[in-house]
Amino acid sequence: MEKKITDETIEYVGILAKLALSGEEKKQAERDMSRMLAYIDKLNELDTAGVEPMSHVFPVQNVFREDVVTNGEQTEKILRNAPARKDDMFAVPKTFD
Amino acid sequence: MELLSLSAVELGRLIREGRATAVEAMEAVLDKIEETDETYHCYVTVDKEHALKKAARVQEQIEAGELSGPLAGVPMAVKDNLCTEGVRTTCGSRILENFVPTYSADAVRKLEDAGAVMVGKTNMDEFAMGSTTETSAYGSTRNPRNPEYVPGGSSGGSAAAVAAGECFFALGSDTGGSIRQPASHCGVVGMKPTYGTVSRYGLVAYGSSLDQVGPLCRTVEDCAVILETLASDVPGNTEPVCRDSTLIVRKDTDFTAALKKDVKGMHIGIPIEYISLRDKNNSGTDREVRNAVLKAAELLKANGAVMEEFHLDLVDYAIPAYYTIAAAEASSNLERFDGIKYGYRDRDARELHQMYRQTRSRGFGAEVKRRIMLGSFVLSSGYYEAYYLKALRVKAMIKQAFDRAFTKYDCILGPVAPTTAPKLGKSLTDPIKMYLRDIYTISVNLAGLPAMSIPCGTDGKGLPVGLQLIGDCFQEKKLLQIAYTYERLREGTGK
Repeated sequence: MEKKITDETIEYVGILAKLALSGEEKKQAERDMSRMLAYIDKLNELDTAGVEPMSHVFPVQNVFREDVVTNGEQTEKILRNAPARKDDMFAVPKTFD
Repeated sequence: MELLSLSAVELGRLIREGRATAVEAMEAVLDKIEETDETYHCYVTVDKEHALKKAARVQEQIEAGELSGPLAGVPMAVKDNLCTEGVRTTCGSRILENFVPTYSADAVRKLEDAGAVMVGKTNMDEFAMGSTTETSAYGSTRNPRNPEYVPGGSSGGSAAAVAAGECFFALGSDTGGSIRQPASHCGVVGMKPTYGTVSRYGLVAYGSSLDQVGPLCRTVEDCAVILETLASDVPGNTEPVCRDSTLIVRKDTDFTAALKKDVKGMHIGIPIEYISLRDKNNSGTDREVRNAVLKAAELLKANGAVMEEFHLDLVDYAIPAYYTIAAAEASSNLERFDGIKYGYRDRDARELHQMYRQTRSRGFGAEVKRRIMLGSFVLSSGYYEAYYLKALRVKAMIKQAFDRAFTKYDCILGPVAPTTAPKLGKSLTDPIKMYLRDIYTISVNLAGLPAMSIPCGTDGKGLPVGLQLIGDCFQEKKLLQIAYTYERLREGTGK
């Protein structure tokens, strides 16, 4: 029961994933995803009615701390990784016209 | 004295007794890297000068009595998805080719505080997505037992470095088998602890609900000592939990106390599904792997363990559930790689969104993009319920199946992987076939369980077979005791 992944689906998922796929990559993605989803459909053999989805094995809770800086001044160290900077800021391409 | 043949604990003892120095140990490892790493390519980054300087500093601290632990002065390798302050951390990806973290992962820092000295950063499948170390953007690692074969993955560089004598132990991470499977393929010991036992702070996230840091090493004793160092936190100190909210501060971290040669009366279950022979459809286990594993079981049985075969439910559903959950979490976690604050940025883009897309498309490799696409799909509106929530429900059922098994058994025993290491260049063409090789390791991550891999023989080609021991949550000590006993018994048989 191969799920039909359409060109539109791949286009849409590409937008969600923020990936610019070439024509060949899109075709490959369509094939890969169809096969993978057909395989994942095996899960439908199981009756999961009444089973709670388990995101974590152990109960997890939010951990709060005071909002204070504890790791000191690291501006220069951090900005050394920046692909582009302007003064003490990250520089980015223009966001809108 | 051939230092490189020693275990980490043996080396640490010699250093403490003044019969070797941290610098001599580091020089031995660096010489070995010089000699063999061109062939094996275990490392992405080695900074010789820094490593030697650090070793000299640690040696001073040992002599001054400031460092006296079992790992003081011992050279270690670190998987390249653990942040290391001032040392490039690539995750095997082009998108992080220039990333130099401003802090170290808690796991790395703890070992460094205990006096272990980092040699370098080991190669891995890109963002830990792969089972062969062939998806790395920095070339494949070769298996030191036979360089025509892969070392397994994704912590392939770490496993190979331990096997090759290019370090004394290594850190890896395990999301679906990424410590145990390469340990198995390279003939070393590896452990994935109970989820939450080792801090994930500074581990570059792949599947956050599944990821766990753990050791790769030469002996079960080394494994216990390293785990003890990694897992120990001061009760009441909330700082580590503030850095990783899923961290569980445990009181029972004296893992070396479990190093006893005794399995009398321990109940060990072997899932029939894990040892059924390989069929035409490529499911099931290779005969030579099965034989080596059952021989290990016999040895434990002959020494008093109560061995029983049983049916483990839902084995065939672990892989589809895992790849749905892992891809979903990956697609979310990897959104941070956007070319803004660090890493690779595509310079041709003229506006922001084009820059995001082009940076990610050129920065990520094929397997990473495949999983991001799948993850984005299963989380998208209209499919979330049918795929992602369905997988989380199956995960709950898989956990229950293990809970049932552990009412009867102290430990589950089986192979780590259905086959020994595949040949280089044979795995990436068919992703699903590659995923199927994770069948015996993956459910452990879904259920948050501890598990280890220990060498239990070789196949006809001389490639190592790994024995997997799976425990209930927080039962690492049982695993270590059984593994230690087996290791001693096997040494006794001379094999």
